[in-house]
Amino acid sequence: MAKHYRPGRSLLLFTLGLIGLLVWAFLPGQNHSPKLGLDLRGGTQVILAPKVAAGQSLGQDQLNQTVAIIRQRVDGFGVAESEVTIQGSGDTAKIIVTIPGETSRTVVDQLKTTAQLNFRPVVAIDFGSPQPSASPTPTATATDASSTPSPAPSAASSETPAVEATPTPTPTISVAPELLVPPIQSIDASGDFADRFASLDCSKSEILNGATDDPTQYLISCEKDGSYKYVLAPADLVGTDIESATAGLPQQGAGGWQVELLMTTEGAKKFATSTQSLSAQQAPNDQFAIVLDGVVISAPSVNEPILGGSAVISGSFTADEARALAQVLKYGALPVSLEVDEVQQISPTLGADQLRAGLIAGGFGLLLVIIYLLLYYRALGAIAVVSLFAAAAMTYFIFIILGRGIGFTLTLAGVAGAIVSIGITADSFVIYFERIRDEIREGKRLRVAVEQGWTRARRTILAADFVSLLAAAILFYLSVGSVRGFAFTLGLITFVDIAVAFMFTRSLVTRLASTKWMNKGSAMTGVSPARLGVITSKQEVN
Amino acid sequence: MASLSQLGNGLYRGEVSLNIVGRRRTWYLISAILIVLSISTLGVQKLNLGIEFKGGAEFSVPLAVADDSSVTKARESVIAAGETPSSVTVIGGNKVRIQTPALSTEDSNALSAALATSFAVTESDIKVQLVGPTWGEEVSKNAARALVVFLVLVAIFLSIYFEWPMAVGALVALAHDVIITVGIYALSGFEVTPASVIGFLTILGYSLYDTVVVFDKVKENTKDIYGGSRATYSEAANLALNQTLVRSINTSIVALLPVLSILVVGVSLLGVGTLNDLALALFVGMLVGTYSSLFVATPVLCQIKERQPASLALAKRVAARRKGAVETPATKPVLASGISTVSAAGPRQQTVKKTRSRRSGH
Repeated sequence: MAKHYRPGRSLLLFTLGLIGLLVWAFLPGQNHSPKLGLDLRGGTQVILAPKVAAGQSLGQDQLNQTVAIIRQRVDGFGVAESEVTIQGSGDTAKIIVTIPGETSRTVVDQLKTTAQLNFRPVVAIDFGSPQPSASPTPTATATDASSTPSPAPSAASSETPAVEATPTPTPTISVAPELLVPPIQSIDASGDFADRFASLDCSKSEILNGATDDPTQYLISCEKDGSYKYVLAPADLVGTDIESATAGLPQQGAGGWQVELLMTTEGAKKFATSTQSLSAQQAPNDQFAIVLDGVVISAPSVNEPILGGSAVISGSFTADEARALAQVLKYGALPVSLEVDEVQQISPTLGADQLRAGLIAGGFGLLLVIIYLLLYYRALGAIAVVSLFAAAAMTYFIFIILGRGIGFTLTLAGVAGAIVSIGITADSFVIYFERIRDEIREGKRLRVAVEQGWTRARRTILAADFVSLLAAAILFYLSVGSVRGFAFTLGLITFVDIAVAFMFTRSLVTRLASTKWMNKGSAMTGVSPARLGVITSKQEVN
Repeated sequence: MASLSQLGNGLYRGEVSLNIVGRRRTWYLISAILIVLSISTLGVQKLNLGIEFKGGAEFSVPLAVADDSSVTKARESVIAAGETPSSVTVIGGNKVRIQTPALSTEDSNALSAALATSFAVTESDIKVQLVGPTWGEEVSKNAARALVVFLVLVAIFLSIYFEWPMAVGALVALAHDVIITVGIYALSGFEVTPASVIGFLTILGYSLYDTVVVFDKVKENTKDIYGGSRATYSEAANLALNQTLVRSINTSIVALLPVLSILVVGVSLLGVGTLNDLALALFVGMLVGTYSSLFVATPVLCQIKERQPASLALAKRVAARRKGAVETPATKPVLASGISTVSAAGPRQQTVKKTRSRRSGH
C-alpha cells in the first residue's frame, strides 16, 4: 500500500478541489462574503411560538398558513433579506423571523398579532390601481374583469334548494363616489373615508402586508393580488363561525374546482341572516368579502339565501386556488395565536463590534498557534501552518457557498465554533507528527516513518473526528437557535479537517520526506534523529 | 521546546516514566476534592442564569463612559417608566445593562424610548432582548435531550470501536469535566447563557475526542500483552499514557491558545458577551478535559480491566516471571524493555526487522 501512495495525485486533487470552491464562491455577480447572522450585522430576531386554543393541536396546514401570513407581514417591512423560517413541527414548532439592519421597535407588535378571518359584506368596489382609461366604463371593466387572474366566484347553497353555481362575472361595477357616501359617512365623522378610498392605490399600498382588522368597524382594503379595492361593512361572520372547509370537485355534474364550507350552528344562523340580506341586493352589494389579516382573499356574490349552514363557493378556480382558499377558511376556524418567545434587537454598530472582536480573537489565536507549531515542529510545523491556512480557506469558501445555497448564516457562536476548531484541526497534525517522531525513535528512516506514522495516526484521527461529528450532528438536530449554528460550523470544520489531513497534509509531508535536506537530519527539520534520541541511526541513515 | 522534545524521547522509551495509573488514588483524591467543591458551591451559590433561562427583558445602552452614575441614572429612568429593574450593571466600561422581569412588547418599547431619552442616545442603538418565560425551559429541555442521545450513541460507539470498559472510563471522565466546569461557573458567578450551554456541549465533544486519542494508544499497546507475561494491563496502559503525554500537552496548548485569545480579546474589546460566556466554559473545560483523559479515564479503565479474569491471569504470570528474574537490576528498565518487547511482539519489532532487511537488500 505504501508504494502505491502517490502524494502528487491527491495533492493535485485537493488543489483542484480548493480552486473549484474558490471559483464557485467568487462567481461573478454573486455575494462574495459569508452571510452574517444578526448578532454580527445588527437587526431584529423574533422567535414566535404558534399556539392554538387549549385542547387543540397545531396541524401542518395551519402552521404553513401562519407562516404565510407572517411572511406577508415581514415582506411588508420592505427590508431585503428578511427571513421567516420554521423549526420543529406540531405544537413545539417555532417561527423564527429575522430582519437585518435597523428596524423599528414596533415590528414585534405587528408580527405577533393574531391574524383574523372575517366575512364582510361589500359596500363598494373599484379597481385596485388607477386604470389607463380616464374613467372606467362598464364595458371596459367587463373585459378587464375577465382578463384578471382572480376568479369571480359565487356562493351557492349545496342544500336541496339547488342553486346553479353560475359564476357571476363580478366585480363588474365601479361605483360612483356619490353612491358610496351614505355608509361611509356613517362611520367616519371627518368625512375623508371616501377620499381615502378614492385615493387608495393597491399597487402601492401597505394594506397588502396585512393589518389588524377590527370586525366591528368598516374597512377599506385590497384584493390579495391588488386588482380591486373594497369598502367593507363590519363583519357578519368571523373565522371561528366556520366548522370546516374542503376543496374538491363537484360530486355531480360538470364544473371546476370548488370549496365546500360548513358552518357551526351559531355560524349557520349568522350566515343565513347575512345571505338573506345580501342576496336581495344589487351587485356589488350582494358580495361578501373573505378577509384574512386585513386582506381580501376572495369576494363571492350570493345568489340565494343559504339557510342550512353549508355552502359551496364556486368559480373558475384551479385546483391550487381552491385548496388555497380552503386552507384560508380552515385557518379561520382555528386561529393561531403567536407567543413571543424571544426578541433580540442588536444595532448594526454592536454587530460590527462583535464581528471585529471575533476576527481579532481568531487571528490572534491563529498567530499564537502558528508560532507554537513552528517552534516545536520546525519544518513539519511549516506544513501544519500551510495546512491550517488551507483548512481556513476551504472553510471560508464553503461558508460563502452555503450562505448563498442553503442560507447558512455565520453567527457569533459560529465564529466561536470556528476558533475552537483551530485547535481540533491542528490536533490532527499533532497526532500525525507525534506518530512520525515515534517511528523515528524506533530507529526507522524518515520515509518509512512517515508512511507508518500515517497508518497509525489515520485511525486515531478518524475515531476522534467521528466523536466530534457525532456531537455536531446531534446538537444540530436536537437544538434551536444559536446552538444549531455552532453545531453546523463544528461539523463542517471537522469534515474540512479530515479532507485537509488526508489529502493535503499527508501529501506534503510525504513529499517533504523525500527531499535530501529532510533526510540529512538537520535540527530544523523537526524530525532530526539525533534530537529524537536515536544515537546509532546516523550511520544507518547514510 | 527542545527540553519537551527530550522529555518526549524519554517518555516514549520508558526511560522517563510517570507512574500515572499506579498513583490513581492521588488523582481520584484530587478529582474528588474538585467535584465536592463544585457540588457544594452549587449548593451554596446558585448558577447565575441569564435572562434566556429566567425570562425577562434586557436592555443594553452604549455610552461613551459608563460608571456608577450611569447605573443610578438607569435605575431612576426605569423606575420612572413604571418598571422594576432586577439588575443594572456596567459592562466593559462603555455599556449599561438593565434587566427587568418579563415585559410586554409595548412596555419594552416604552422603556427603551425612556432610556434613549435619559441617556441621549439613538433608540436603535439600544440592544433589546425579550425572552418569554418558557423559552429557557425549552432550550434547557432540548439541550438535556441532546445530551442523553449523545451519551447513549457515544457509549455505543466506544463499546464497538474499543470495548465497554473504555466507554465507562470515557463517560466517567466526561461527567467529571462537566461537573467541575459547572462548579467553576457557580464559583465565578459568570452568567449562564445559551452561549455557555454551547460551551458545555463543546466540552463534551472535546473531552471525548481527547479520551479517544489516548485510548487508541492504550488499545494499541495492550493488544498483544495477553499472549506474554511481560507487563500487566496497567503497566502497558501507563506506557501508552506516557507516550501520548507530549501529544496531549501539545494539543492542549494548541487548542487553548485560541480560546485564551477569545477570553482576552473578548474582555478587552467587548466586555461580557457571547464570546466570553463561551470561552470561559471552553477554557476550563478543555483544561479539565485533558487532565481527565490522562488521570481519570485511563485509571478507571485499568481498574475495570484489572478485575477481568484475563488480566488477573496476566498479572499472575508477570509477577511469577519477575520473581524468576530477581537478578535484573531495577524495576524500571525491566518495565521499559519489557513493554517495548511486548509491543514489538506485534507489528513494531517486525517492521523494524523488515526495514533492516530491506535496507540490507539495497
